[in-house]
Amino acid sequence: MSPRAQRIVGFVAFGALVVVVVVLPTLVSDFKAQQYAYVGIYLIALLGLNILTGYTGQISLGHGAFMAIGGYTTAILMVGNEQFGGPIAGGMRDVWTLPFAALVAGLVGLLFGLPALRLSGLYLALATFAIAVAFPSAVKRFAEFSGGGQGINLFGTEQLTGSSAQRVEILGFTLSYNDWLYALSWSVALPAFVVAWLIVRGRTGRALRAVRDSETAAVSSGVSLARYKTLAFGVSAAYAGLAGGLFAIANTFVNPDTFPIALSIFLLIGIVVGGLGGLSGLVFGAIFVYFLPLWAQGEDLGSILPDRVIEETTKPGGPAIVYGVVLILLMFLIPNGVSGLFRRVGAFLARRR
Amino acid sequence: MALLEVRDVTLRFGGIVALDGVSFEVEEGHVSGLIGPNGAGKTTAFNVITRLYRPDSGEVLLDGNSILKAAPHTIVRRGIARTFQNLQLFRTMTVLENVLVGAHSRGRRAGVREALEILDFVGLRRLADFPAAALPYGTQKRVELARALAARPRLLLLDEPAGGLNHEEVGELGSFIRKIRDDFELTVLLVEHHMGLVMSISDHVNVLSFGRKIADGTPAEVQADPAVIEAYLGSSDPDEDEPPSDDAEASPAEEGGAP
Ligand SMILES: Nc1ncnc2c1ncn2[C@@H]1O[C@H](COP(=O)(O)OP(=O)(O)OP(=O)(O)O)[C@@H](O)[C@H]1O
Ligand SMILES: [Mg+2]
Repeated sequence: MSPRAQRIVGFVAFGALVVVVVVLPTLVSDFKAQQYAYVGIYLIALLGLNILTGYTGQISLGHGAFMAIGGYTTAILMVGNEQFGGPIAGGMRDVWTLPFAALVAGLVGLLFGLPALRLSGLYLALATFAIAVAFPSAVKRFAEFSGGGQGINLFGTEQLTGSSAQRVEILGFTLSYNDWLYALSWSVALPAFVVAWLIVRGRTGRALRAVRDSETAAVSSGVSLARYKTLAFGVSAAYAGLAGGLFAIANTFVNPDTFPIALSIFLLIGIVVGGLGGLSGLVFGAIFVYFLPLWAQGEDLGSILPDRVIEETTKPGGPAIVYGVVLILLMFLIPNGVSGLFRRVGAFLARRR
Repeated sequence: MALLEVRDVTLRFGGIVALDGVSFEVEEGHVSGLIGPNGAGKTTAFNVITRLYRPDSGEVLLDGNSILKAAPHTIVRRGIARTFQNLQLFRTMTVLENVLVGAHSRGRRAGVREALEILDFVGLRRLADFPAAALPYGTQKRVELARALAARPRLLLLDEPAGGLNHEEVGELGSFIRKIRDDFELTVLLVEHHMGLVMSISDHVNVLSFGRKIADGTPAEVQADPAVIEAYLGSSDPDEDEPPSDDAEASPAEEGGAP
């Protein structure tokens, strides 16, 4: 496909996504709307991680920690940490904390990106994994700042929109609490998608991919490895922070277990399933990350699969096995992720014409 | 003053002295050859000139100004672009995207239209939207050339551009390199094992052997130099390195048709 045809297909696909996002809440139950709110949140985190890992080739096993930094930023700005003996009074309305969640996580990402310049491949993976491992302990260690293992509760506070999961009045609409979460999540996720697309589309995106494909040739073409790698780290951490802030709001609570070590791995799985070389597939990556663990427990599938199958797979250990099998199957069936599948279908249709 | 001056450059890798006090100059507007048996240090010299490697001692001057303190990614902005002996394409990108990255150092000035013009020049315009990795080897080499040209360099470093090409293609390459020099008004430093090619298009030739410069001069002078003949005859890999005593006047096109 020519670049112009690709762009047209991209616009149409994005338009379709917007339509689906707008229509979906009217089609699904109120509870499902909350689940799809989480899909939007994961999508934001995956967009950022894919800019770093998919486009720039810098693997991160620590993005759960950047989400956690965003989540804690939001929680602390909302209710403060004076109750634990900390210095911050809080009092900020939930949605206004989100830019700060992105900013704080983004700055930490930039700082981390600097030493990461010296690392590549497995070493970088381990270094990023180290942040994911260390973060929960750091939260407990600095309890007067973070509330320690108990965490920070947002439920019932007046800074939380719809403070105790009540109806939400906003911009003249009255929404159920779950519909509000859905609207909030996707009205951040869709612009975040557009911004990510603007980043990867032009000169900057080419420079990032150049770094991934050949550092030597990238440098010789004038691409500063330092600049583009730290940029990718900063941007992707900011996305993770934004997602983490939204996660804290939707979860109405943060503690060290809100952002477990495994989250970093799930995010990585999400971009691989979505496809490392593209953005569109990440929507499916996000659905996969959120829903597959639930499906693996038989949820939602009771009406589709025979009872016998559901019974087997929900025995202890069953869900994890199902998850693993599905993941392996996907890697065989769509080795380049959903984005890669889209490209193949596109190329096939282009040849047919 | 020479455009490029390499002055007494030494670079060691552990015990190996890849460059041992090497000095040579490249005059503006010339096609300069840099030859030598395998492992002589030619590619290493390119890597020093493009600041991928920092020499242990010595100087590299462009227009009389040292480039050793410049960051590697700023070298192309100063006017030096290169191709690679082992292809270093951006393999997930299209041909056009590869060329656009080549123009990265020129900021947003250099657009798609100019990239397409360069692809036209190297004869690849109709492949612009092809994935670079899917192309045959010789075509990929031309993509690298186009990418280097997109930077609008003053000095173009070509590391074995004839590698993997058949006789006919090598013949065309010779006149093409001269055409590049003339049309883009640049200077060429050419590393090449194909002696017929080097001797037919170079204004000046430098010879390295085991990290030392053993000779330089016009193609005729270099070919007559006993030290050069000795270096090549003593070379462990005579198949790869034909001694430069090949008839200097023989243009590669006359060496035979397609195999
Ligand atoms: N990165 C490196 N690390 C260690 N040794 C190296 C490195 N690069 C080159 N060398 C060594 O330096 C010497 C010069 O190598 P170089 O690649 O410059 O030779 P060359 O003249 O380009 O040879 P060829 O014609 O085979 O390409 C060789 O002995 C090589 O093994
Ligand atoms: Mg070499």
